[in-house]
Amino acid sequence: MIDVKNLSKSFGDHLVLDDISEHIHPGEKVVIIGPSGSGKSTFLRCLNLLETPSAGTITFEGTDITDPKTDINKMRQQMGMVFQHFNLFPNMTIQKNITLAPVQTGLMKQAEADELALQLLRRVGLEEKAAAYPNQLSGGQKQRIAIVRALAMKPKVMLFDEPTSALDPEMVGEVLDVMKQLAEEGMTMVVVTHEMGFAREVGDRVLFMADGKIVEQNIPAEIFTNPREERTKSFLSKVL
Amino acid sequence: MDLTSTYEALSAIPAQDLSFWQDFFMKFYRAFIESSRWQQYIEGVGTTLLVTAMALVLGIVLGIVVAMIRTAHDQQRPGHHNPILFILNLICKIYVTIIRGTPMMVQLLIMGLVIFANSRNFTMVGALTLGINSGAYVAEIIRGGLMSVDKGQMEAGRSLGLNYIQTMRFIVVPQAIKAILPALGNEFIVLLKDTSLITVIGGKELLYAARGIMNRTYEQMLPLLGTAAIYLVLVMIFSWLLGILERRLRQSDRR
Repeated sequence: MIDVKNLSKSFGDHLVLDDISEHIHPGEKVVIIGPSGSGKSTFLRCLNLLETPSAGTITFEGTDITDPKTDINKMRQQMGMVFQHFNLFPNMTIQKNITLAPVQTGLMKQAEADELALQLLRRVGLEEKAAAYPNQLSGGQKQRIAIVRALAMKPKVMLFDEPTSALDPEMVGEVLDVMKQLAEEGMTMVVVTHEMGFAREVGDRVLFMADGKIVEQNIPAEIFTNPREERTKSFLSKVL
Repeated sequence: MDLTSTYEALSAIPAQDLSFWQDFFMKFYRAFIESSRWQQYIEGVGTTLLVTAMALVLGIVLGIVVAMIRTAHDQQRPGHHNPILFILNLICKIYVTIIRGTPMMVQLLIMGLVIFANSRNFTMVGALTLGINSGAYVAEIIRGGLMSVDKGQMEAGRSLGLNYIQTMRFIVVPQAIKAILPALGNEFIVLLKDTSLITVIGGKELLYAARGIMNRTYEQMLPLLGTAAIYLVLVMIFSWLLGILERRLRQSDRR
């Protein structure tokens, strides 16, 4: 579904991603773990071109999205993204936050989008917040709305950039529950996270990144119990 | 008692024999009432407000255009350099640098005495110069406001598949306006007071009227104090209106 070839990214002289090649299959749940500064967020942000790669290509369902001639907006409409800091739009209601993009991109009519928004809100248990503003919500509620907002575009893949890192511990669970539910429905997901429990439970494959490279990857059961690389062992010994 | 008959009665008395208050009355009468001079002040205020309004509109239009070009240029994706945007951005940068780097008074004199040396419509030349001047400051205010909006807002909009212009229009600009408004109000008040400068190229605003009266009556104090008082009242009225507007905007900012 997403094919990454020889992806490199540097900020100035600093090489953040070093020649990464990876393939994400339809329906797969890929969890990316690793120490901070390892490039895992940058890797994720390259997948929908929020960061422009310095070298290499990224192909999404057969279209090279790194080609300047590709309409990146059309591509991004099919790739949902959830941010660490939610990034809800504070100047509009929750309902408007959710329906803005589907309506403005011509995906659906306002009435249809409103219907979908309510349906999605009901699913995450927040239908009574439709008329509220983002600043009236808790962190966990905001992140659940952010997930709903991305889902309203009916994306083929969801990218999660540390979705629980900015939350109070007691609110982490409610967000992870929504993500698990999404995984069960068969959504293709790429998740950067520090939640090892989630990685173990939901991930089909765990990538361990360090120093701009994918050092090791395996099914969760293997990587958490039998890490092969020294770098992976030392990281896991600190976080588990 | 009728002011005019009092004035005529006092005029018969030699000036050195008048009491302080009688002398003050004479000066006041000459500055504001004789030959219906108060009408000249009112006309002057009318021109001042007209020039302010025209300069404000021109300044805001120029400011928005310059701010949009400069922000769009700065927010291009690395590797996507639009040559037209590059040239436009360069022109905008030169414009802002020149306007902010030279005194308003010098700009007025250059426009009035050099560039539009053949124009008799001094007031319009003045309004044009003020508008061009204000545009540079407004552009920087707007640009600052746009930059003050969290980068994550643009990213969130773009990640949903909205294009740059849609994201600006629905997400970034509405948030920037709240940040911009106080500074823009301040710029408006500066502009209102700066209209007094166009008197140096013959623009017929409030200070021009006061100077004309001073030349006829050889009396400086009251026309100048009167002018100052009128400006003060105008600024106070507009500050009050801006305060109301800001409070309105804050009310919609629900927390």
